[in-house]
Formats: sequence, structure tokens, C-alpha cells
Amino acid sequence: MTTTTRSTARDERTGAVRRSAVRSLLRLWPFVRPVRARLCTAACVAVVASCLSVVVPLVLKWLVDGPVAHRDTGGVWLGGGYLLLLGVAEALLFGLRRWLVARPTAAVEAAMRDALYRHVQRLPVAFHDRWASGQLLSRATTDLQLLRLFLVFPLLFLLVNGVTIAVGGVLLLAQQWSLGLVLLAPVLPLMAMCSVFQAKYGQVARRALDQVGDLTTVVEESVLGIRIIKGFGRHRSQARAFRELARAVRTTELRKARLLAAIWGVNTLLPEVALGAALVLGTVQVADGQLSAGTLVAFLSMALALRWPVDSIGFLLAMSSAAATAADRYFEVLDEPAVEEGGPCRRTNGAAAAERERGGGGLVFEGVEFRYPDAAPDAPPALRGVDLHVRPGETMALVGATGSGKTTLTALVPRLYDPTAGRITLDGRDLATLSREEARALVAVAFEEPTLFSASVAENVLMGAADGPEADHPAVLRRALRVAQAEEFVAALPQAAATGVGEQGMSLSGGQRQRLALARAVVGRPRFLVLDDPLSALDVHTEARVEAALRDVLATTTALVVAHRPSTVLLADRVALLSGGRIAAVGTHHQLLRENAEYAALMSGGPGRGGTGRQEGEGAR
Amino acid sequence: MTTTETDRPADGPDSDTTGDAGHRTGRRVPDDAPDAFEADLLPTPKGASRALLGSLLAPHRGRVAAATAALLLQQAAAQASPLLVAYALDRVVPALRAGGRGPLVVLVTVAVLCAVAAGGLQWAFVRLSARAGQDVLLDLRGRIFRHSQALGLDFHERYTSGRLISRATTDVEALRELLEEGLQELVTVALAALYVTALLFWLDVGLGTAALLSAVPLALLVRSFQHRSQRAYLAKSTATAAVIVRFTETLNGIRPVLAFRRERANDAAFAALNSRHRRLNGDAILEMARYVVGSRAVANAALAAIVLWGAYRVATGGLALGVLAAATLYLRRLYDPLDRMGVFLNAYESAAASLEKIAGLLAQRPTVAEPTAPRALPPAAPDRPGREVAFHGVRFGYRTGGEVLPRFDLALAAGTTVAVVGATGAGKSTLARLLARFHDPTEGRVTLDGVDLRELSGAELRRAVVMVTQEAFLFSGTVADNIALGNPDADRAQIERAARAIGAHDFIVALPEGYDTDVRRRGGRLSAGQRQLVGFARALLADPAVLILDEATSSLDIPGERAVQRAMGAVLRGRTALLIAHRLSTVESADRVLVMSDGRIVEDGAPAALIADGGRYAALHRAWRTSVS
Repeated sequence: MTTTTRSTARDERTGAVRRSAVRSLLRLWPFVRPVRARLCTAACVAVVASCLSVVVPLVLKWLVDGPVAHRDTGGVWLGGGYLLLLGVAEALLFGLRRWLVARPTAAVEAAMRDALYRHVQRLPVAFHDRWASGQLLSRATTDLQLLRLFLVFPLLFLLVNGVTIAVGGVLLLAQQWSLGLVLLAPVLPLMAMCSVFQAKYGQVARRALDQVGDLTTVVEESVLGIRIIKGFGRHRSQARAFRELARAVRTTELRKARLLAAIWGVNTLLPEVALGAALVLGTVQVADGQLSAGTLVAFLSMALALRWPVDSIGFLLAMSSAAATAADRYFEVLDEPAVEEGGPCRRTNGAAAAERERGGGGLVFEGVEFRYPDAAPDAPPALRGVDLHVRPGETMALVGATGSGKTTLTALVPRLYDPTAGRITLDGRDLATLSREEARALVAVAFEEPTLFSASVAENVLMGAADGPEADHPAVLRRALRVAQAEEFVAALPQAAATGVGEQGMSLSGGQRQRLALARAVVGRPRFLVLDDPLSALDVHTEARVEAALRDVLATTTALVVAHRPSTVLLADRVALLSGGRIAAVGTHHQLLRENAEYAALMSGGPGRGGTGRQEGEGAR
Repeated sequence: MTTTETDRPADGPDSDTTGDAGHRTGRRVPDDAPDAFEADLLPTPKGASRALLGSLLAPHRGRVAAATAALLLQQAAAQASPLLVAYALDRVVPALRAGGRGPLVVLVTVAVLCAVAAGGLQWAFVRLSARAGQDVLLDLRGRIFRHSQALGLDFHERYTSGRLISRATTDVEALRELLEEGLQELVTVALAALYVTALLFWLDVGLGTAALLSAVPLALLVRSFQHRSQRAYLAKSTATAAVIVRFTETLNGIRPVLAFRRERANDAAFAALNSRHRRLNGDAILEMARYVVGSRAVANAALAAIVLWGAYRVATGGLALGVLAAATLYLRRLYDPLDRMGVFLNAYESAAASLEKIAGLLAQRPTVAEPTAPRALPPAAPDRPGREVAFHGVRFGYRTGGEVLPRFDLALAAGTTVAVVGATGAGKSTLARLLARFHDPTEGRVTLDGVDLRELSGAELRRAVVMVTQEAFLFSGTVADNIALGNPDADRAQIERAARAIGAHDFIVALPEGYDTDVRRRGGRLSAGQRQLVGFARALLADPAVLILDEATSSLDIPGERAVQRAMGAVLRGRTALLIAHRLSTVESADRVLVMSDGRIVEDGAPAALIADGGRYAALHRAWRTSVS
């Protein structure tokens, strides 16, 4: 695979205006708020601890100059006692600072991850169509880790070091303003450099994180598509694609390192030069008698004490910059508008009640049009003017050529997408007046792709059970498995229904997955059932038995069944033919077979008119 | 929700092996042990993670040494300031007062040199260490990926993509932290300890010994910290993987999640995993806090004790005052980098935990191994299409017993199309998987033109044998990219020809950007049937001598299936083909049909002959006839 196309959301991403690092980080506030007291206390503790670290040498100096020099044993014991006390206090403060932030920052990270997970589950399906899951995942892991580190370290120490440098600077100027000015001369150029660096580094850090997201996507696909990779022996080209991306990550990381090396180098060089200049100047002044040697030493030792705070600014800024980038990436997803939850959309309940009178029962499509939100503006809508009435208790088969919009139509019923025009009613209630929650409680779906979760068979099936006291009754599960003719193979599993099915149910065969997905759809005895080609992977015998069992369920359910074959169509009372996004004909199987050439072509494979170009092409041959 | 299962089927079960699933439990793990996969604790040979780190660093020995040297010199230059102050006061000032400018020039020169060296070497160090670190990470990521790709389906069905992602991202990240910070901290700490201890000994042997003795409790502290934080980080790494697994699974199954209103249940399940991660994460961080308190307290107590002892000796005249003064100042510097030691240990333990997980993954042996001395297939004869496939006394079962395929012999003549039919669980897919070498037979040999599959290199085997399954997964990229997976060297014309041959061309050109439509971008949504067509085109492009189709047409509609069948007439000519199909329409055109039942081939012959015989195939055929009419 080529790597150029990997980053699906890249265009949107770079299009976003880059906000300043501070503004990005300020957005963390709602998450940090609950732990603000702890963080502030930790900052105070850090300041006190650094003060104590200054006091300890003073006590040592006093001890040596005073009691020891005077051979005062009592004073020595006292000094030793002070030293021990201070030492223990210092140790406790160091620990206290870490203890204060440990759990709270872990909690902030967890809260942000929870929020992200909740949010992505509530984003429209169209969002998921667009975003590779690796990109979302890397936001939930790498990015959040960066943000936690930022709270623990750079945030605190930029503050503490900033205060230290400011206070130190004032003290230096107060002590000897001329030398102080020399020493502080690099501050302005350094600040200018840091801001340039910040901007550049932020960009590169962004690229690095995006690339890690792409890398995550490749790893994920390499597992989900392992059968294809193995079947074609493509692990080498897959490995090559991975290596290219990993190389790209490395290149970006090295660019980051180059930037960091430069800022760190300059951050070391300039203060050293200033220190040297101050030393030379001070020495000359001492020689001239303008300055005492003691003052110079005191001045320089204070300057040396400021070195770590100054040196550290480079990497503290780098970490902050990376954190700001991570925050941007995180909020990019969190800012995506979620679908509303709970309340109905568009119309009020009162209007819905009125409509209930008017609309018939069953599942009704009225002038439904649907256009994918990311479709090109000039592209025809996927569905247009769809009118279809599935009567209560009736089973309607939906037949159409590949790409005619069958799956799209079925996705509208559980409100995975909403129609762009027209309306759909369920037993007379406009779907748009129902919350998604309500709609999905009424409608159960078996998807074309029977995706299961890495849970037990029972858990996977009972996912579809109605909420209620008897939802997980063994009889409920048994009935559903019986309908799907899955009882036998489930019983043969090592732990029967308690057996895990592996990632996406991949440890089962396609037919087995499909039957469990069918069981999942029927287990809750839903009012409405949508089945997308539910029997495609079954062998003829099993198919016949499932059909027989399914008939009982369908007798009392309003159902829409996408069908590719006559055997599936025969489950239905009537058939609707979908052609080019419209309902072209409705009738019984035999009726349509007689009267509609396209339908006949779809059901028998013979040449037909209409339909897709492919059939015409094939037919003409 | 996965905690209920401790023992799930261990090996690539498919439709045809479920009857024996009960015998296949606990293949790799003893029955009483908790499942290693479930707990994310693959066995790691002792010392494997250390050996892994060693092998990763070995190629970069030179660069690591250079970085270390740069850091040593940088530290020397940066620590020169006190000496310069001393030189300035002792030499430059008197010289200046005496009118001599020489020492001042020396001072200026040395100061500038030191500044440049400190800055320049810092720059050099960051670049050198980043380079070495990134090369190591690149190497490690590559190893994880390549190894995981070499492992069998049985492995992936249990390990899950989430865990693998966790290994290749967050666990690699942990190593990166060690490489980025670890070296610097370690060198600084070691340097300070060495330098200061030496000076202390030089000042006074007694004080030096005392300082050295204080290292004993500190070392014990470090050890206990190591043990505890190792445990904490291992637990954290597992918890991280669990969070990732859940996250990926939700994303990949978002439609069923939404349709079955799993959001709240998922929220709760994720919150539980996430809060477990939060707790373990906090535990790991707190270990560091505990270490800092302990080491700092011990160091400060040692300082107080040594100063007291020294002061007592000064008072009794056993020690010069100046020596004590100097020693106390140096002692302080000796204990200063203890925190940085903690930072290093922290990074080390975190990385060690991750490396252990990675080493566990790398220690997994593929169940289907590459041959050490691969053989080549005989050149394909121009007059004889396809290759001859033979199963010689093949038996297949899982290690704990339970035969899926009892011993059988089977030969498929070159160039013939053989269909396999039978009920679910009859062993059809297992037969196909043996031929594709997704598994090796328990007994006997599968040969291709007389060469055992186990003797063929992976590349040679995949050139000759291609299997198309019903799972039509699309990789991110364009439609053309996805077809080109069959043959990465193919040009656009070849790709289009393959798509045209299978009847996929028309729907592809109808996509917004035709063959260049990104399957994840606008309009790139393909139906299951369309994806199967893409999968077919992929197989055509691969142009193998032996083609295995396992339910590869299940999601096609009838015209699509017919188109594929028509294409197959041309496509299968010149190949040996094994078709597994539930739809007998695909089977009718085969040269030969095998009917399987309970792992045995019970009928074998031309379709027409079998229908005439009135056996199982004839019954199946009748049932199918009525189903399509």
C-alpha cells in the first residue's frame, strides 16, 4: 500500500488555524479544575522546597563558621539536629509535591480519556467513516500521556523557575546593577528565540503525533487484514509500508531533536557567555578597587544557582509545546459536534402525536432523500424520492443491484444516518421525532458485516436484548440461538455460550458470525427488524433451517430484509426493487419476476435492462 | 467483559473445526493456569528483555559512546565556572593590579571556550543521542511489526490488534523516554558520585569511607524501588493495553455499538478499565514519590551524621576545619543527583516493563515456520497449466487431540478446478487452509508439484498459491492500491484489466475519483459485495498457479456472481483451483467435486456423475435447485 493516502483526515487537520500554545493549553482547564487545589498546593510546596534547599547550605556554613570553628560541642549537636530536621523536612516536601500531583494528574488523564471515549461513541457514523481509528486511538493514549506529563512537570516548573529567575534577576540587579545588566542581557534575545522555537517545534511536534497516529492505523489494519496479507504473502510490502511510516516518524523526531538541540545549545551558550563577561568585567572592577572580591563571589554564586532554572527552560518549553499540540489534537475530536442524545430533533412531540393519526402503521418512507454529508456537491444523492410502505407485521424484501443504495436505506431506519429530505415513520411516529435511543430500541439490525465483539457468545447475542428484568434469562438466549440455528455449534464450543469469540468474532467462521449477528438482532423481539443480506454466508441446508425458524419471527415483526437471492426473498411477503437510489417497483416475487426485467435479471442472472452499467455490459457480451 | 473466559479455542477455528472445539482448549497453556493471552502475560524467557535491549543498542555502540563523551566534556565545561572564579581572584586581579594583562586574556579565552564548549557539546549531545535513540526505536518498531506479521492466524485471533498497537506505540514510547532521558541522568549521576567520592577520599579517608558506607542503605532503597516499580509498571502496561483493546474494538464496531445502544454499557465498561489504569498509573507514580522521600531522608540523615562526626573530630583536633568545610559542601553535591537517579530508574523500570511485554511477543514462535533451506518450485511447464497439488497421508488435528481431518490422500491434477462442498463443520476450510499453509498438517505432507509446502520460502509459496476468503477487508488507501495488493508491481492498466475481468470496473469508475477513490474518504464506502469483487480482482492480479476461493462470492448478488462465474471460465483456465462454495451455482462449472462430511471426503467425481449417482451431492443439488427457483 502506498503511504501517501494513509492520513485520511490530514487535509482537514492542517487546514485548522493554529492557535497559540497557551490558548491550546488553557482549554485543559475544565479537566484540571477539579484538581486545581492540589496543583496549586504542589506549586507552593515546590517553591518552599527550593527555598529549603537554599537554607541547608546556609546552615552548613553557619555550623562550620560558628560552633565547629569555636569547638562548641553543644552548638555542634544543635547544628546537627537542625541539619537533620531540615533534611527530613526537605525529603518530606519533595515527596509531598509528588504525592500531591500523582493521583490527581492520573485522574485528569483518565477523565480526559473517558470524555473522549464517550464522545467518539456519540459522534455521527459519518465521522467514523472519515477518521481512521488509529488516529483516534493515538489521541487517547500518546497525546493524553503528554498532557499528564505537562501538568506534572513543565507547568509547575515553568512557574517555579520563572519566579526563581525573576527573583534572582532582581537580587542580582540590586547587588550590582552593572554586572546584573550584563548577566541579564541575553534574556531578551533568548525570549525571542524561544518564541520562534515554540512555533516551529509545535509544528513538528504536531507532525510527529499525526504520524504516530498513521503508524497506529497501519498496525491495526495489519491485524484486521491479516488473512489477506497472509493469503497474498504481502507481509513484506506491508512491512515496507510500515517501515516507511516508521522512517517518517524517525525523520520528524530527528527534526524535533535538531530544534531542541539548537535551543538547548543556545540556551546554554548565551548565559555562559554572559556569565563569563560578568566574571571578566567584575574581575577588572575588583582589580580597579571598585568592587570587593567577596561581593563578586556572592554575585557569581547566585548567578550559578540560577543556571538550572535558565537551562531547563528550553526543554520545558519543548514539552509544553508538544503538550499544546496534543491538546489541539485532542480537542479537534472533542469539538466535533456529537449527535444529540435524548430529545427528538426537528419536530416537537405534539406535532408527532398529530401525525400519528394521519400516518399509517408499519414502516413508511415518504419522499426520502439521502446524500452522504461528505459527498461531492455535484454527485447525485445516494437515495432520492424513496416512497415505500412496509405494513405492520409485513416483511418486505429489498432487492437491487450492487451499489443501488440498499445498505444506505437500511442505515436510515435505526437513525445511523438521517435522511436529508423526506421522512420515515415507525407505526405512524415520525422517526425524526424519536430520539436515536428510542428509535434504536424499536429497531434491531443485522448488518451485512456481522461484527462481533471480543466477549462471550452470550454477551454478544444478549447485546440486542430489550432492557428489562428478563433480558438475560437463559430462555431468551436459547430462543434467539434457535432462530439463528446456532444452538448446535454454540453448544459444541468449549464453554458453550460462555466461550469468547475473539477480536471481531474472528475465531468463528463467517457463517457462524452471521448466525450470531442474526440471533443478536432477534433476541430482543424488536417491533422492527432490519436484516442486511442475513443468510449470505450459510450453506444451503443451514440456510433452509434458518429460514424456517426466521419465518415465525417475521410473522409478527415489521421487517425490511435486503436480499440477493430468491431463497432470501421468499422470506418476504412483498419485494421492493431499488434502482439508482429510487424504488422502481413493489410487488410479490413472482409478480416482479414476470413483470420487471431488471428484477428478473437480478434474481436469475440473465440479461436485464436498467440496473447498473455492469449488467448492461455483461449482457451485451 | 472478557474476564469470564479463561480458556478459549486456541487455534484458528473456522467453520469446519467447531465439532472438535472441545478438544482444542489450552493448547499452549496448562489447563489450570490463567490464560496467558487473556491476562496479556505471554511467557518471557528469563533475561530476554535485557538481551533485547542489548541487541538493540549494540549496532549503535559508537554513537552512544560519542554521545557519552560529549556529555562528559559538556559537564566538565559547565562545571568549570568555580575554577574560573578562583583563577580570576587569585591570578587575574593581582596581575591586573601589577599592570599585567596576560592572565586576563587567558581568562577571557578560557571563559569563551568553556561557554562555546558547554553550548556546542550540549547541542552535539542532544543530536547524537536522539539519532541513536530514534534508530533503536525504528529497529524495535520494525521488529515488532515484522514478527507479528510472521506469526500465525491463531496468534492474532487471540492477541487482538489493540494489544499489538499497545506494544508498537505506548510500549515503544516507554523505551524512548529511557533513551532520551536515561543516558543523560545516568552519566550525570555517575560522574557526580565518582568525582565527589574521590575528592572526599583525597580530603580525608574517614569521611570518604563514611560517605561510601551511606551508599549501602541507598543501594538497598534503590533495589526495593526497582522491584516495586517494576511490578507497578508491568501492571500499568497491561492496563494500558486493556484500555486500548476496548477503544479499538468500539471504533471498529461502531455501527453495531450504535444500533444496539451499547454506548452506556460501553461507557461503564470503559470507565472501569480506565479507572483501573488510573489507579495503576497513580501507583507507579507514587512509587517514585516514595523513593524520593526515602532516598532524600537517608541522604540528609547521612549528611547530618557525617557532619556531626566530622565536627566532633574537629573539636577533638582530629580533623582540620577547612577539610570539614570542603567535605560538607561536597557531600551536599554527592547527594544532590539522587532525584535524577530516581528519574533514571523510573524511566528504566517503565521501559523494562514494556520491553518485557515486547520480548514476550517476540518470543512467540510462528506455528508455521519458514524453511531454513528453502527449495524452489520446478519451472512451470508451458504446455501444462497450473501446478499439481497433492496431500500425502495428511492428518490434521490440534495438539491436544481431536482430529479435524483424519488421515487422507488427495491429488488435484494441474489445471483442474475442484469444488469442495459439505455442511458447516465438514472440514472444507481446514483443507483450504492446509493448502494455503495457514496451518501445517499434523502428519503427512502437502506438496506442490512434488515439493513439500514446508520447504518453500514464504515468497515462493505466495507467488504460487493465493487464497481469497470471504472477509473482504479493505486497507486504507485507494481502490487501486487495494487491488494492487495482489501484485505491487502491477501498473494501472493491469489493475484495470483485472477489475474488468471480474466485473468490478464499472462500479469503480462510477466512484467519485474512480480507481483513485480513497476507500475511507468521500464516496469510498463499498458494499460487502463490492469489497468481495475488489478481493477477487486482487487475486486475479496476483496471477497464482493455484487459486483457493473460500466462500469468496457469498455477498455477491446473482448478476455479480454470474459475472464472476463467466470471468472464472477464463480466469481459472491455466490454474489449479480449489473452490469452496455454499452456492452450488459456482460449483457446477468445476471439473471435479469433493463432498466432505466430518472431515472425510465422502464423494469425489465430476458434478454430472455425482448427480447421476444420487448420493449426497445429488441431494444437495436438489435442495439448491428448489431454493433458487
